Amino acid sequence: MSQFLAFTIIGLIAGSAYAVAASGLVLTYATSNVFNIAHGSVGMFMAFVYWELAVDRGLPPLLALVLVVGVLAPLFGLLIERFMMRKLTDAPVAVALVVTVALLVALIGAAQALWPPAGRKVDPYFNGRGLQVGDYFITAQQLITFGVAVAVAAALFVLLNRTRTGTAMRAVVDNRELLALHGARPNRLSGLSWAIGCSLAALAGVLLVPTLQLDYLNLTLLVIAAYAAAMVGRLKNLPRTFVGALVLGLLTSYAQWGVAYIPASVDQTLGGLVQGTRIALPTIFLLAVMLMLPQDKLRVGRVAGTKMPALPSWSRTLTWGAVFLAGVFVLTGSLSEADNSRFGQALCISLIMLSLVLLVGYGGDVSLCQMSFVGVGGLVVGGKLLPFVDAGITVWSIAWAFLATALLGVLVAVPALRLRGLYLGLATLAVASALDSMLFQTKFGFGAGGGSLTLERGSLLGLDLTGERAMAMSVAVAFVLMGFLVLGVRRSRYGRILLAARDSEAACATLGYNTRAVRVAVFAVSAGLAGVAGVFYTGMRVSISTADFMFFQSLPLLLFAVVGGVTTVTGVLLGGLAYGLMPVLLDQVPALAGVIYVLLLLAVLGLGGNPNGVAQLLFGWGNRLRAALPRQLDLARIEKGEVVGAS
Amino acid sequence: MTETPALELIDVHAAYGRIEVLHGVDLTVPRGCVVALLGPNGAGKSTTLRVASGQMPPTSGHVHLSGHHLNGADPDRLARAGLCTIPEGRGVFPNLSVDENLRLFAYTAKVGEKDIRERTFAQFPRLQERRSQLAGRLSGGEQQMLAMARALATDPALLMLDELSMGLAPLIVEQLYELVAEIAATGVSVLVVEQFARRALAVAQYAVVMVGGRVTAVGEPADIESQLSEAYLGGAA
Repeated sequence: MSQFLAFTIIGLIAGSAYAVAASGLVLTYATSNVFNIAHGSVGMFMAFVYWELAVDRGLPPLLALVLVVGVLAPLFGLLIERFMMRKLTDAPVAVALVVTVALLVALIGAAQALWPPAGRKVDPYFNGRGLQVGDYFITAQQLITFGVAVAVAAALFVLLNRTRTGTAMRAVVDNRELLALHGARPNRLSGLSWAIGCSLAALAGVLLVPTLQLDYLNLTLLVIAAYAAAMVGRLKNLPRTFVGALVLGLLTSYAQWGVAYIPASVDQTLGGLVQGTRIALPTIFLLAVMLMLPQDKLRVGRVAGTKMPALPSWSRTLTWGAVFLAGVFVLTGSLSEADNSRFGQALCISLIMLSLVLLVGYGGDVSLCQMSFVGVGGLVVGGKLLPFVDAGITVWSIAWAFLATALLGVLVAVPALRLRGLYLGLATLAVASALDSMLFQTKFGFGAGGGSLTLERGSLLGLDLTGERAMAMSVAVAFVLMGFLVLGVRRSRYGRILLAARDSEAACATLGYNTRAVRVAVFAVSAGLAGVAGVFYTGMRVSISTADFMFFQSLPLLLFAVVGGVTTVTGVLLGGLAYGLMPVLLDQVPALAGVIYVLLLLAVLGLGGNPNGVAQLLFGWGNRLRAALPRQLDLARIEKGEVVGAS
Repeated sequence: MTETPALELIDVHAAYGRIEVLHGVDLTVPRGCVVALLGPNGAGKSTTLRVASGQMPPTSGHVHLSGHHLNGADPDRLARAGLCTIPEGRGVFPNLSVDENLRLFAYTAKVGEKDIRERTFAQFPRLQERRSQLAGRLSGGEQQMLAMARALATDPALLMLDELSMGLAPLIVEQLYELVAEIAATGVSVLVVEQFARRALAVAQYAVVMVGGRVTAVGEPADIESQLSEAYLGGAA
């Protein structure tokens, strides 16, 4: 009984920290329609700032807390509202997600650059003091966390539901122009809500730092627990979010209690799965809540109308494919083995990004777990995941890599797409972290607690792949074939439905198309292609490990794809090569590591989140060049009268 | 018209992107008068209103509100200065309750939230019954009543109404126009934009007809009514 009480208390306290984080997230989402996936990383960054002030500079903890939560975090909120979030209010979900993912990555990059890894520690408040309840000792920090959560919840509820300012903050999302006609200042109100939101993120970060430690990723991942809790209230309802947070806190706490009773022998047989499942509980909770929510109504009247570069003709596609292969053949002939290996690995990144073209570029959905699918493909080809698939790059293993990841994709997409696009993006980030703990770090993946896998390349269709050049060429061939496939889908009936569904799901549904089925299928195919890319990635790398497929890896992948241009094959080729060759640059100038992530944010902002990316600029120049060149007269067509006044 | 007019537009041009839609509009709303702005679809009536309310900057020309030159002023500043604009298509917040919608009137009202509610519910008892419902769940007529309640509760100097009758039953339109007349009787200047002219002409002292981004006729309602069919059917092209 006393143990039950103890774990209940731990659970309530964990839940109250989630509640603080979740309420800030709900506040900004409800008042701006922008889901800030960087919420956790804002908390992370501010926790580092707090460490800097309170520990490194030796300011009194309370003063440091007031400075961080009351001044710096709100200022940061105003800043991102002014330069990022305001433009995103009416943007398509994918654009808003990509921009906030860029913010997340940039904050991690900035934190790494400003505070390079070192053993930093923040002591809890009133260290050593607390309250004795039965056998259990509640620390002062835990009591403060609980008290703060209750106070925050009550204050936010009153603000949003009982005051004019709070009501107006909610009205901003409904109709910004109308609110101005009422005499309120919409920009000031949005600024206020982002200031409060960031302040709450900082508060959650500072409160959790003694438990989670100053870790770039752990604190960032707090956002998953936060939105898992907020999902109970569909990301907008504060009281339900609070309940969700407490339930999630209790669940994780009781799970910890339960795990202690699992015999060591069972734990041994399951090879890390027990611990992995416990760590992945927020994700499981999230998917379960998504499944229990009633199906969403179709949204009418939101028409995106995104512009995309023109689709190349088949003859042009084939020509460029051949030119590309010839170019790679000549290039790899002139490079050293080591350089071929680097080039091949960069090309692999392009291959992985190609799977995003279907999903993000055409479908307008976002996947934040593409590298996890790559990892699953890698496990298949490594002979680890499926008992009937032996290690080695064969047509058989490629086919199974596709099937296994596509099936996994269906499992991820079905719960989320019953609801709406944003939830798919959120589910994928959660799934990425869950796959890390429940698959990659168990004996079904790279071994309990993480590990690595080494692949003998062998030969594919009679071609010896042991040389770096041969392997790189095979990646290039795979890229061209997969590119044809992607463009083929775009040309087909499914491609047209996909684009139509992205522009207006409601209009598409009224034409009788099952848009949800199409979107699930696209997510599955995209996952499958990432799995196939995983086969080549593993082949090129020879050795892969848990670290290659951590949740974070999928984020720069997506961003580089968007900056390169995720709507075109050329775009992801550029983006992939840029991302893939980044390690080469970092070998020369290691200090750039964090800076690159910040630059990535600026690039995404500079493009205004436009998924056509740099490739579109290139196409623009190409078209202008072609227009400037004198054209050949097509005499035959002019004679037939088909072309009048051809230039 | 010796007094300064409530609203005066002088040679106003406005454009969406590179497409000019107002080609020099002159329009005056004398103090204490109801003016009807009429014209067929796409004549530029709503754009004129958007320019007057500060939602859209004119490319050239002048906007005067009670004699003050107000080009480029923000709509929220104009609202606080006493301009009440009720835009086309239900000027309510669909995801806020009726009470919460009323609470937002307080930005421009000279009275407190309690008085706002009292005034509104006295005029529209239906809204009191539905006070905790989301505005988006109200019927079209009830939503328009809620939007009109702002004009009633905030004592504006100038009220601008865009397409009051859109999508509403004739009976409700009748009621709403009676209210417009009542509000005007308290001394508020009113500019009513309407496509369906007859009801608007009945409350107006002056009428202005716009076609193709220009004012084509100004006059007393009786004179205008006889010219209207030509403006709508003949002049529009």
